[in-house]
Amino acid sequence: MIARRLLTAISAACVTFSLPVTAAAQDLVITNARLVIGDGSAPIDQGTVVIHNGRISAAGAGAAAPQGYPVLDAEGRWVTPGLVASLTDLGLWDVGAVDGSNDVSAGEAAFSAALDIAPAINPASEHIAISRAGGVTRASVAPSASSGLFAGQGALIDLGQDPDAVMQPRAFQYVELGEWGANLAGGSRAAAYTLLRTLLTEAEKGDAARQFEGNGTHISRADIVALAPVAAGEQPLYVHVERAADIRSVLALKSEFPALDLVLVGAAEGWMVAPDIAAADVPVIALALSDLPVSFEQLAATQSNIGRMVDAGVQVALGLYAGMNQPRWAGEQAGNLVALEKMPGASGLSWDEAFAAISSVPAAIAGMDGKMGVLKPGAFGDVVIWDGDPLELGSVPVKVFVDGVDEPLDNHQTRLRDRYRSLEDGGLPPAHDW
Amino acid sequence: MRIGLIGLAAGALALAACSAEGEKVASAGTPATANKNPYPSTYSPYPGEPTALIGATIFDGEGQLTENGTLLFANGDVVAVGGPDLAIPAGYTRIDGTGKFVTPGIIDAHSHLGDYASPGVEANSDGNEATAPTTPEVWAEHSVWPQDPGFSRALANGGVTSLQILPGSANLMGGRSATLKNVPSRTVQGMKFPGAPYGFKMACGENPKRVYGSRGQMPSTRMGNFAVDRANWIEAQDYAAGDHSSRDLGLETLEGVLDGEILVHNHCYRADEMALVIDMAKEFGYKVTAFHHAVESYKIADLLRENDICSAVWADWYGFKMEAYDAIPENAALLAKEGACVIIHSDDQDGIQRLNQAAAKAQAAGRRIGIEIPDAEVIRWLTYNPARSMGIEDQTGSLKPGKMADIVLWNGDPLSVYSRPEKVWIDGALLYDALDPKRRPVSDFELGQPGEGDVK
Repeated sequence: MIARRLLTAISAACVTFSLPVTAAAQDLVITNARLVIGDGSAPIDQGTVVIHNGRISAAGAGAAAPQGYPVLDAEGRWVTPGLVASLTDLGLWDVGAVDGSNDVSAGEAAFSAALDIAPAINPASEHIAISRAGGVTRASVAPSASSGLFAGQGALIDLGQDPDAVMQPRAFQYVELGEWGANLAGGSRAAAYTLLRTLLTEAEKGDAARQFEGNGTHISRADIVALAPVAAGEQPLYVHVERAADIRSVLALKSEFPALDLVLVGAAEGWMVAPDIAAADVPVIALALSDLPVSFEQLAATQSNIGRMVDAGVQVALGLYAGMNQPRWAGEQAGNLVALEKMPGASGLSWDEAFAAISSVPAAIAGMDGKMGVLKPGAFGDVVIWDGDPLELGSVPVKVFVDGVDEPLDNHQTRLRDRYRSLEDGGLPPAHDW
Repeated sequence: MRIGLIGLAAGALALAACSAEGEKVASAGTPATANKNPYPSTYSPYPGEPTALIGATIFDGEGQLTENGTLLFANGDVVAVGGPDLAIPAGYTRIDGTGKFVTPGIIDAHSHLGDYASPGVEANSDGNEATAPTTPEVWAEHSVWPQDPGFSRALANGGVTSLQILPGSANLMGGRSATLKNVPSRTVQGMKFPGAPYGFKMACGENPKRVYGSRGQMPSTRMGNFAVDRANWIEAQDYAAGDHSSRDLGLETLEGVLDGEILVHNHCYRADEMALVIDMAKEFGYKVTAFHHAVESYKIADLLRENDICSAVWADWYGFKMEAYDAIPENAALLAKEGACVIIHSDDQDGIQRLNQAAAKAQAAGRRIGIEIPDAEVIRWLTYNPARSMGIEDQTGSLKPGKMADIVLWNGDPLSVYSRPEKVWIDGALLYDALDPKRRPVSDFELGQPGEGDVK
């Protein structure tokens, strides 16, 4: 099952920029950037980015700076699109182990596929603020399956401070078809596939008159109704499987249900069936650094998994930033895959591929190709200026724009840091320092 | 019998009584002399050859940096660290380290490899004897499965050469730790670090009170945590002062702590709780060697320095439980600024593969608020300092002549994400070599299965 086992940012102190703080999108030119477009192309020195009406209007070496726009000199710093974190639980919990604050799963719910996570997302969550300060500006948010085979419908969000976080509700449906799916379906993968087939068939017919009960499965009419767009291929179906054999079984569903718009999630053994995945033209969202046989469905896990799949022509995004795996670690995880390129026998990603795997590729898988994760005309005005190589350890943003808005980077952590920076007796207790 | 518990909680009594039966292994009335090392290490170094690493940047683990350095080791021991002018004796294999980096073997003071092994199935879940709130009688070495594939990942990707396997944190007193060399072995005895003292795992905070409170037994509160601990220490003091006419496994361990022979590693997140534990240790005359997962140490860095207690921390884990809600990435740097001891630990089969990366993140977080910690000091956080907390700093943890040749050759700066271990020696034996697939350990579990012998 998805890792249920369960930085940040600092900025203002060392930055000399002096933009007026405003909550509104502003037109802006960023010059003198080490510019990363995000589409897998190489960084451009002396690059320029133009933001107009909250969107990118130009980016590149020769982008012209329109007259009258405020100019921000990046002084050679790395400037990139905001990172796109696939399959997060952002906004779904405050403290993982405090149940009342946690909307990730709904084990006692009467619904599964019908669950729509969008109204549960809290834009004021510390984890959104902390992830924003880590350079993440867009994310998909998924519930976790616990009341049935289907987890429910995930959403796309932006990480701006404004309360309007949800970009697209019901962006995808999520189903478990590996060990965890077998468990949820009543005890075996056979039960999981039988249930899946039955429900998709019912949904295709538009027959929502029935409901199913038994052996831990609970399917309401609303769930079948919710699966109609999946059966019709109008809503992507994210399928979590890890084992090579399970991946083959999922790909085989396409012959039975050709309309399915599949995305593979996890796929720790994807490298073993990479040509099949590529031939089926199914994208993958994978954990970056799994390399242990943590279960019998991941015996062949290796950090070279993503590199090998990409080499075989599979579209792969880093993801599964849920529980203990924080979205702000996307950059360093991508950097780890770059490190593999130097290791004999290993397959990693080039720097440019690695950055794309946390920007334009997850955007494209989310159906937002050219809209997010890239600095191209028409894309959202999500721009991050970094204090170092964004894939290197400890690099953090000094500026984050979302939809052209200059975003705040402070949060609970930065406030604690400032309060306890010095332990010298200041007269009154620390509680008076805020 | 664990008499101290009787007056405190009937629930605890029942369990204590159960466990007491098996503990009496000597007949009453006869002074029992406990063998303090009944499962002795059978480890002896694997074969190696005299080696000279030449031209690398060498971090010695105790704060020294040598550019264009030469490191000599032979017969399992470090022979010398010097500059380019250091004479290389005849018979040494020369390895060009130009552009590469050398550190002591990485040491993790907090691991559960072997006692929560991969695959993480229930049958391999041997880390928490969560049947009574205090189980000082259990020893982690009796749970360690040497075939856990995680050991090899820690070696190959993390450069880990020594590690402490701790019981989990369900219990206030979780049991003894096992200190291991990270060498493949058929038996745990074949991994045990020769001469290492035992550690003792304690836990405060959420876990014990949740595990036992949810069963309607003590402790269900933090005050209950302390009451149960104190009752056990009172009993231990009585036992230590007694005639030892009968053996009690748990009390033998607690007596070892009171005598300073066994080092306390205390899982504790919150600053206010650490301060209380420090006073409890003074009340009963023992010492806390390190607080683990000490995410709030930055709030009491002065107190920790004054009491000479290390903080074993992550770089930036956050918010997964209530007592982790005030974790900040600057924790390690703020501790270092106050002169308190920092250890970067993992508590995680993945994190142990990247302790160097965690340290680099913690260093960068400090830099951003004006705390500059030299690279060579940061390397100490994952070498000498954890060795010290485990009581093995005289044998390993730094590259001083005569110490164990536990060495990592990195293909670049270990504080960069783009670097990996290229070679790892343990006691001078080359046990991992990225350039030689046969120097990549494969556990019994992985043999004949998908992915056997693959890069990981």
